[in-house]
Amino acid sequence: MSILVNQSTKVICQGLTGKQGLFHSQQALAYGTKLVAGVTPGRGGEQHLGLTVFDSVQEAIDLTDADATMIYVPAPFAADAILEAEEAGIKVIVCITEGIPILHMLKVKAVLENSSSVLIGPNCPGIITPGECKIGIMSGDIHLPGRIGIVSRSGTLTYEAVKQTTQQGLGQSTCVGIGGDPIHGLRFIEVIKMFEEDPLTEGIVMVGEIGGSEEEEAADYIVDHVSKPIVGYIAGITAPPGKRMGHAGAIITGGKGTAEGKIAALTAAGVDVVRSPTEIGERMKARLS
Amino acid sequence: MNIHEYQAKQILSDYGIPVPVGKLASTVEEAKQCAQMLERNAWVLKAQIHAGGRGQAGGVHVVDSFSKISEVSHQLLGTRLVTKQTGAKGLPVNSVWIEETVELKREFYLSLLVERVSEKLVFIASEAGGMDIETVAIESPEKILSIEVNPIVGLQPYQCRRVAYALSLKGEQIRMMERIMRGMYQVFIEKDASQIEINPLVEAENDVLLALDAKITFDDNALSGHSDILALRDREQEDIKENKAQGFGLNYITLSGNIGCMVNGAGLAMATMDLVKLKGGEPANFLDVGGEATAARVTEAFKIILSDEQVKAILVNIFGGIVQCDMIAEGLIIAIQEVKMTIPIVVRLEGTNAELGRQLLNNSGLSVIAAEDLETAAIKVVEYAGEL
Repeated sequence: MSILVNQSTKVICQGLTGKQGLFHSQQALAYGTKLVAGVTPGRGGEQHLGLTVFDSVQEAIDLTDADATMIYVPAPFAADAILEAEEAGIKVIVCITEGIPILHMLKVKAVLENSSSVLIGPNCPGIITPGECKIGIMSGDIHLPGRIGIVSRSGTLTYEAVKQTTQQGLGQSTCVGIGGDPIHGLRFIEVIKMFEEDPLTEGIVMVGEIGGSEEEEAADYIVDHVSKPIVGYIAGITAPPGKRMGHAGAIITGGKGTAEGKIAALTAAGVDVVRSPTEIGERMKARLS
Repeated sequence: MNIHEYQAKQILSDYGIPVPVGKLASTVEEAKQCAQMLERNAWVLKAQIHAGGRGQAGGVHVVDSFSKISEVSHQLLGTRLVTKQTGAKGLPVNSVWIEETVELKREFYLSLLVERVSEKLVFIASEAGGMDIETVAIESPEKILSIEVNPIVGLQPYQCRRVAYALSLKGEQIRMMERIMRGMYQVFIEKDASQIEINPLVEAENDVLLALDAKITFDDNALSGHSDILALRDREQEDIKENKAQGFGLNYITLSGNIGCMVNGAGLAMATMDLVKLKGGEPANFLDVGGEATAARVTEAFKIILSDEQVKAILVNIFGGIVQCDMIAEGLIIAIQEVKMTIPIVVRLEGTNAELGRQLLNNSGLSVIAAEDLETAAIKVVEYAGEL
């Protein structure tokens, strides 16, 4: 077991013919992901990496029964790609693209509110169930099939958590990068709920950062709904207020969204928050033994 | 992206929102001319900088003679104004906005922004205008009304009426409020704003509603589609190093410490700063070199870090994923040679081919300290910075 994606997940790539799409599709195939088709409007009929390219998502799923998509479409067109995938009924939509205008995302979220599709990202590394399915830009070889569910707003910090849980021999059930944008798909609460319900996941690592209040909302949820041990890390103790720290969503505004506030909320909810990002793996190991 | 108050007022006015009459001056002579052209007995002079808190910092003056206009504009122009929002260095005052004075009865607060919890556009209105809305939110939250706008159906007239009623507006004022809110909403949607704030929105002596101050921030991700908005950018209000970094696709933010940081990934970059602090050091900057840490980018990144004279040591923290560490090490070596590095540099490489990368650095003959892990790297760089 795992969450959202596994060895039988059939994946298409929107934006397959672009530089990023092509490179990461190749990597996904090499990892063993069941990548079954590509979509690029106007390029239907072409063959790349042994995959057929379709003009639309609907055509692609009609012929392949795909249930997930990874989107490497340039930012101005990415919201359109997400909405097209949603309408075609794709269950798991993973959008890697960074820099989507916020108004586009507000519309996307309004549509997703009444949808059976879930969105991961945008501006994220993607999702991986080690040994089974890799959808995204993470490097596969630091992962180890195992027991820890990882959910994170940051790409490279996810890799830190992955490396450490691999070194400790714990491995990962599934790793979900929910993305660094202020408006995005799956949030901490939703992913943590899935990990709680997943029998293979024994412990959860959540990596948050300054900005917004998702970590605080998750803390409220965790108190009553999560029994598995959670190790948390929050980046941005030293971030000055009012400055956007790389991620569009990483900004302290009006005294809200500080790292200290998030750490306090999570600690009060029983989450084991480490002060150094290098302690994630050890702490998780200790919590499970 | 931020713009000046006078630019924000111009945009709001274009969308049917009433603003006081005013003119822009960048010299004392122009200031006098503007005041004359406005044909008033008294004026408000407002320093134009990209930050709030100007009133308390001496950036806003009411004057009633041409000699005072000269005096105050002379005193403001060409200086740097320090407010509670600018940091210690302040921001340059290159122009002043000269405006008619307004006799006012009441001050309100009205803003439109993206609310992250509800994931909707939200109007925030309050009868307690002219003060810091965050303070109002803490001290008297009952005075704050928020109205969510459904992005699919857009702003509805009844929502504007709700705001008008909450502010006890009467008669024609209710329609004025509707026009103001519709204008704000249109600006937001058509120009890809990320926040519009009118504080205060005032009820003048003659019952008219006026935007006495205005602030608009635009969504950086959408700027490429708005050449008119991009033309309003004032780079002198922005940090020189941050701007330069942006030109090379680097994300850089100046901090006040002495340990330069260069990292790939925004989250890891923040975590690296935090770790430096945790080990007793002070980070000099946030710097995300992005996914492709090529030699050219790394060189530019070093140049920007080194242009801060406070920097006494540098910590490079790279988690190579798809990009291989030996390639990054080669890039680092070229960059270090090119910028003629004279201060200690501690490098932590992790991920694909990390061992190979560390060997390359150790064999390069350069004074680079290759640390085995992030913890050690942070401890070492703090030691080096402390010794100098």
